[in-house]
Amino acid sequence: MLGQLLSSLTDGLLLGFVYGLAAVGLSLIWGVMTVINLAHGPVIALGMFGTYLLFLKGGCNPYLALLAVAGMGLVFGFLIYGVAVHRVLNAPHLSTLLATFAVNMILIGVGTAVFTTSPHNIDFSLGSLEVGPITVPATRLVAALGAILFTAALYLFLYFTRPGKAIRAVANNRKAAELMGIPSAWILALSFGLGTMLAAVAGGLISTFFPFTILSGGPYELKSFVICVLGGLGNPLGALIGGLLLGGLEGLIPTFMPVSWVPVVEFGLFILVLLFKPSGLLGAK
Amino acid sequence: MRTWKLPGFWIPLALVFAWGLIILIMGQDTARETAFTLMMFVAMASSLNILLGYTGYVSFGHIVFFGLGGYFGFFLLSQHDWNLFLAAIAGGALSAVLAGLLGMAVLRLRGAYFALATIGINEAARAFVSNFEPFGGATGLFVNFAAYERYGGAGKALWLTFILLWVATLAVVLVSFLVKHSRFGLGLMAIREDEDAAMVMGVKAPRAKTITFTISAFFPGVIGTLYFFKNGNVEPGDAFQLHMSIESLVMVMLGGQGLVLGPMVGAVTYQGLRGYLLTSPIFKDLHLAVAGVFLLLIILFVPAGAVGWVRGRFPRVRRFLE
Repeated sequence: MLGQLLSSLTDGLLLGFVYGLAAVGLSLIWGVMTVINLAHGPVIALGMFGTYLLFLKGGCNPYLALLAVAGMGLVFGFLIYGVAVHRVLNAPHLSTLLATFAVNMILIGVGTAVFTTSPHNIDFSLGSLEVGPITVPATRLVAALGAILFTAALYLFLYFTRPGKAIRAVANNRKAAELMGIPSAWILALSFGLGTMLAAVAGGLISTFFPFTILSGGPYELKSFVICVLGGLGNPLGALIGGLLLGGLEGLIPTFMPVSWVPVVEFGLFILVLLFKPSGLLGAK
Repeated sequence: MRTWKLPGFWIPLALVFAWGLIILIMGQDTARETAFTLMMFVAMASSLNILLGYTGYVSFGHIVFFGLGGYFGFFLLSQHDWNLFLAAIAGGALSAVLAGLLGMAVLRLRGAYFALATIGINEAARAFVSNFEPFGGATGLFVNFAAYERYGGAGKALWLTFILLWVATLAVVLVSFLVKHSRFGLGLMAIREDEDAAMVMGVKAPRAKTITFTISAFFPGVIGTLYFFKNGNVEPGDAFQLHMSIESLVMVMLGGQGLVLGPMVGAVTYQGLRGYLLTSPIFKDLHLAVAGVFLLLIILFVPAGAVGWVRGRFPRVRRFLE
């Protein structure tokens, strides 16, 4: 019993890091420009397919493919920002929500036409690790490490480089940042690009151990919302911790009640946190 | 009441009335089915508009009231042999009560936080119903064929359902007009423009928003009951489709938010467009993407929607297009 509990908890926590990474992207975009990116899910799915294609057609190692996927994600984010978001940034929330949702529809529509909705998977294994009663597939361990690495890289970028500092300045006060000579449109596009990059990378990591379809991004997008709210919207580090919390819950709940109750608990928690502590469990920045 | 004299008041009502009447006179089953789907979307979009258009609050959870109200109405109908009319009203009432309770809690949140909460509510409701045994769990509920006998056979029952939907649609249009032209409605539009300023001016924003949420939730419950009765079964996947919430949003935006005629025009246009895309050989696989492109173009370039654009361009017709 204890062994089973431990192993499902480990499973959940490792997965939680990857959830967290996807949520960090969403949180970053919200933090900088108070936009809820409803195109987050399809970008995660595109990350999965990007890795898949590079692995299958290009024959390269999935983890090497991730770097390429990250680059494409960044460029793609620039594109989405320029086309759909920039023009409505100062309009009411309704506009940005619907604009990013329109992007979601376009991506899903084109994706369905190209890849169909049948499941794909990456046939790749690194064996598994055994520690006492716990057995962990190595791909999951590497995915969790990758998620930590990318988050750490983001942290270093935001705090120790000039563009990173500019992003924080724009998040803090866009007008003041502009007065200091920061080109805010570029910085906003950069942060949107970084957000989608992290989503694509999270998708790529997930694709190494779960089968996926073009619609697979949806559930992760919803989880990202839950995580962001748990950790406080606009607080990237909080998002990672929120991810761990959610992953842990997902690991633990099935040992106490039927698996189908997991979403009830997750979204119930989500609504409660929104109501009683909208700044997130970790408090506002 | 000056309201009764406005042509903008009569035009939408007359349109819906004539539409239903034509279908009744034609008496064709296929025409009725097409009209049923279309009218359902008109009513859904118009009821969403009462919240979205007047207060500016985006709700992704409109379908929750369709699903939960429909489930409840269908439950009474199939398990307790309630009359269709009463069951539909009960479904609507349950939705309204739920919206009132939820609204008191959730409407303290503003803007994007509210939108996020409604996504959460949608998912939580679907997951809850899938696990709730009295509602049949994941397999849902079925209606016993004997139930149709009360209304003189399945064929007559379907016509009755259509007539009830027609009445419900007329009611939505009437209510959305009355709300818009009342003192209460002015308060809502003040909230849309600037919530803090509205509160300073004496609009009791939380209460007004909750009442609006309740009104806009009543109709989806009624429509849900009618829709599931027509289908003869109800299951969680069918009842809580997030994309139907989104489609209602698109319809409202397409036609023009905050206008009575807007959601009607939007719903008919969107359905027509989708029907064309689904059957056309070139766009068949891409219909979602094309709809997305349309939505994006509207949001970026015509944020007022089709009817709103006409109103802005030709001030003279404003009295006719409310």
